[in-house]
Amino acid sequence: MEILGLFNYWVFAVLLMVGFYAVIAKPNMIKKLLGLSIFQGAVFLLYITMDKVEGGTAPIIQSGVTDAIYSNPLPQVLILTAIVVGISTTALGLALVVRIYEAYGTVEEDETQRLDLEE
Amino acid sequence: MTDLLSWLLLLTGSGFVLTGGIGLLRMPTLYARLHAASLTDTLGTLLILLGIIVQAGFTLAAIKLIAIALFLLLTGPTASYALANAALLSGAVPKARLLDDL
Amino acid sequence: MTIILGIFLLTLLVIVAIGIVQAEDLFTGVMLTGIFSLLMAANFFVLDAADVALTEAAVGAGISTVLLLGGLALMPGRERRPRKMHWLALGVVTLTTMMVVYATFEKPRLGDPQAPVHQHVAPWYLEMTPELIDIPNVVTAVLGSFRGYDTLGEVIVVFTAGIGVLFLLGLPGAVGERRPEELAAGRSYLGHHLIPQVLGTLLIPFILLFALYVQFHGEYGPGGGFQAGAIFAAGMVLYSLIAGEREALMIITPRTLMILMAGGALLFGGVGVLTMLLGGGFLDYNVLAQNPVTGQQWGILIIELGVGLTVTGVLLAIYHAFAARGR
Repeated sequence: MEILGLFNYWVFAVLLMVGFYAVIAKPNMIKKLLGLSIFQGAVFLLYITMDKVEGGTAPIIQSGVTDAIYSNPLPQVLILTAIVVGISTTALGLALVVRIYEAYGTVEEDETQRLDLEE
Repeated sequence: MTDLLSWLLLLTGSGFVLTGGIGLLRMPTLYARLHAASLTDTLGTLLILLGIIVQAGFTLAAIKLIAIALFLLLTGPTASYALANAALLSGAVPKARLLDDL
Repeated sequence: MTIILGIFLLTLLVIVAIGIVQAEDLFTGVMLTGIFSLLMAANFFVLDAADVALTEAAVGAGISTVLLLGGLALMPGRERRPRKMHWLALGVVTLTTMMVVYATFEKPRLGDPQAPVHQHVAPWYLEMTPELIDIPNVVTAVLGSFRGYDTLGEVIVVFTAGIGVLFLLGLPGAVGERRPEELAAGRSYLGHHLIPQVLGTLLIPFILLFALYVQFHGEYGPGGGFQAGAIFAAGMVLYSLIAGEREALMIITPRTLMILMAGGALLFGGVGVLTMLLGGGFLDYNVLAQNPVTGQQWGILIIELGVGLTVTGVLLAIYHAFAARGR
């Protein structure tokens, strides 16, 4: 039964590295952006996994029920802001890729480096 | 009694969605796959929602679930229409047999 | 039983992530990213994080897919076939995975109530919220009041991303010579087809109404400014897809978008300055009303409105910046 308790963390490790592999090994810039968003998703998974309490429910206090167990609200607050910051970063990165495509004619990283060296 | 009814609805709905999934994998052409996935998905999700509505009784949650079911009933077939239209516009032609081949 | 559902969803998540990295057609990759976000939202719900699930579904599966597709429309859609496998990267990645997995054996198991994260500040928040702030949703209370500075910083980050994209791509009519009237006339978009047009005009009022509901209901259930901003932006993006860029930009003009973007952040900071002028600290809502608890509720309401305005303005402006480029 220990596996079930740790499965979330192993999935976090695998997703982290899948996203990281896309960022460092794929030359296409949009693929790098997608890999970055997978990486961010893995970090969200880690934090939200830490907030669950066994037998708890979402931290919305029902009036009149005094002894309910609630899950931890603090990681949820942190991840709520992190999700919106993540999409802002992706949008800004995408705008940069659009401008790079208009300047160089390609979005592959090694071709842009080659074009830079040729000038 | 309500438990039995909602079990029946949930299982039927899940059966429909499973059939749609199998059809998506096994059908030969694009339009056949679209046909399999879209019809069964709309009906399957409606049955599942109906099963949950039966469980919820006559509360505010049931009204919200009815609103969600209405929303899915409207947008599910529209999404399939948009998908089929996009496929047609991008060049995938449905294979049809002419009648005088028979 | 829910743990089996959680394991099933997590396995699907890993499969989809590997699919995203392997996909050569970038359109497939973007669609799989949308599915990844939706599975992540389902996972968050299984782990009792209702607010976060709503935000991830609205922002990740909704707006993010539209933005990525809008950017993808401006460039070639296929990745160049890779010539060789990157063995060094694969080796580094495998080694790091094994190290992280080895490190996770020390962590407390899922759901352990004795874990350190549940000990210090979190029980204080759960106890003190009915006393000090008296709203049911503890996450909104922590976001708006106990950790209000973080939310202010985050609104400024969203605003910065918005003006960054506007610097890079530009909106017709915001600054510069292009005006919205010069864009190609609409009706060659989805509005050309009857069914999406009818459905869209039927559904858009309800989507906007639901966005308002989520905005102001954030104190009683899952909801709040971020989700409401994303849903509002999604409704307006639907209208823009049906009627065309030109009609959409003439209804919500670029000037309005910039006022929304800056106005929300200004509202948030303004509440802070107001509380300083009334005698408290920065963002100390106790001084906003006679009763400190009512003051807290007013403060949270106003800053959530500010957050919603900024997120709406930024997401819409970024969408229009991508969609109006190259027309």
